Amino acid sequence: MKNFTYIRANSVKDAVQRATNDQNAMLIAGGTNLVDRLKVFLDEPSQLIDISRLDMKRIERTSAGGLSIGALVSNTAVADHEDVRRDYPILSRAILAGASVQIRNMATVGGNLLQRTRCPYYYDTAFACNKRQPGSGCPAATGINRMHAILGASDQCVAVQPSDMCVPLAALDAVVVVEGPKGKRQIPFTDFHRLPGNTPQRDTNLEPGELITSVIVPPVPFAKSGVYLKLRDRTSYAFALVSVAAALDLEGDRIQDVRLALGGVAHKPWRPTEAEKFLIGKTANAATFQQAAEIALQGAKPLIHNSFKVDLAKRAIRRALTVSAKGGGVA
Amino acid sequence: MQHKKKGVGKTSRRGFLGRVLTATGTAIAAPSLLNQAAIAAKDTSQSNLGEIKMKLTVNGEQQTLDLEPRVTLLDALRDRLGLVGSKKGCDHGQCGACTVLIDGQRVYSCLTLAVMQEDKAIVTIEGLAKGDTLHPMQAAFIDNDGFQCGYCTPGQICASVALLDEVKRGCASVVTPDLTRPPQLAELSEAEIKERLSGNLCRCSAYNGIVAAVQQVMGQKPPSPAATVMVKEPQEMLT
Repeated sequence: MKNFTYIRANSVKDAVQRATNDQNAMLIAGGTNLVDRLKVFLDEPSQLIDISRLDMKRIERTSAGGLSIGALVSNTAVADHEDVRRDYPILSRAILAGASVQIRNMATVGGNLLQRTRCPYYYDTAFACNKRQPGSGCPAATGINRMHAILGASDQCVAVQPSDMCVPLAALDAVVVVEGPKGKRQIPFTDFHRLPGNTPQRDTNLEPGELITSVIVPPVPFAKSGVYLKLRDRTSYAFALVSVAAALDLEGDRIQDVRLALGGVAHKPWRPTEAEKFLIGKTANAATFQQAAEIALQGAKPLIHNSFKVDLAKRAIRRALTVSAKGGGVA
Repeated sequence: MQHKKKGVGKTSRRGFLGRVLTATGTAIAAPSLLNQAAIAAKDTSQSNLGEIKMKLTVNGEQQTLDLEPRVTLLDALRDRLGLVGSKKGCDHGQCGACTVLIDGQRVYSCLTLAVMQEDKAIVTIEGLAKGDTLHPMQAAFIDNDGFQCGYCTPGQICASVALLDEVKRGCASVVTPDLTRPPQLAELSEAEIKERLSGNLCRCSAYNGIVAAVQQVMGQKPPSPAATVMVKEPQEMLT
């Protein structure tokens, strides 16, 4: 690890100012992803600005009846919060499906959104990588790519966003609140992360000097029946091959509303809006869910080693919707 | 290498190795233990190279250290404070051998910087026993053969100690059927224990003994049938 200077920010404003003044500075909070990246020289900041002691550690009810979750709340604290467990079990379960207790104790909400892909070619500086060094090439596209994207990729980058927490946050239409040199602004969750296109080096739409201060989750009453299904190479402590966040709002067996998002398949949490539109007004049954799954994966472009993900994702959608239709719980 | 408080007048394993290897005069190809000790000594002799003074509270004792900000908590514990119980397995937060408790919560000490943990209460495996009396979890690991080579054991024990506290506080896991009704100690299933300890790998695969040790401390008796078979009656399995 290259050495750096270390400073503790004493306010959000102070952190923004320091990050704006020194473009080679980086913010650190939980550090679970950043410290690892520093060790392998993926990031070589001149300065680390420690924001971990700032006052962004509260979970509060919003006037609209949703939740405002501070950027520095630990993943564990979100998953274990009474209101989250009761009103958004879909969010609790997604967090608990990710990483290990140790990581979740350290990792923050803001950091979870900003973690970078675990594409092995990105992580290994001996390889070219357009995300690390724009224009150098993408060995993953023709290399070992069973973990990689099947939706929304470009010829520049086939990496996936690895978060579990972000999948239900996308499904729930959460909002990311950020503060930067030009003040505060809100970014709809589905616009926060980017598809790789021709700029795979940019994971998110955060501008230089901006930091996340909180995430607002709107009230979604039927999120109580939401489920998170994660499929991976081992039962626990592994990134998703495919994951699904699904929640159905049923009246009898008629679908009033639905939320659906996929993880492990794209450069951002993937919201199959056409499949959602199809489901509304339909009868909740196996045939409907199958059709929705087909629509959701219509644009899939699998790589050499990951065509299995297409069928896996369809089956996962069917299963998640079926369990949600029965009231939710463990998928 | 500084062995503060510990090891004074005693023969530590590392000190013994160092003396033996020096005495035999052997040029060892990769004596990683010796290398680490030498590097630590060199670092402390070269002061003011971007080092900052920090106060860490480890196992109830306050320690003042001059460290570069890039030094991880794990390296500070092992190489500066001589607390070599916490192990460096992968150094990337994938194996759990470096697990310690910070303000009562288990974390990977390899993934945090020492300087970020000022003013926090850090507890390592060395801080669990009271004098010569082992922590009940340490005793249970011995009772149930919760290890073979022992390398992952300090991390496994710290994680298991935290697990018990988490269950008492009502923490849920991904396999908890009803999140609003998390399991109590007496009813924590084997699936729950395994899920909650999935952040600690054991390449000797002593998992059955580890689960049995946790069950013993939770007051669940007898340990699970699988653990009983593996630990107590290996012959039966072979016949």
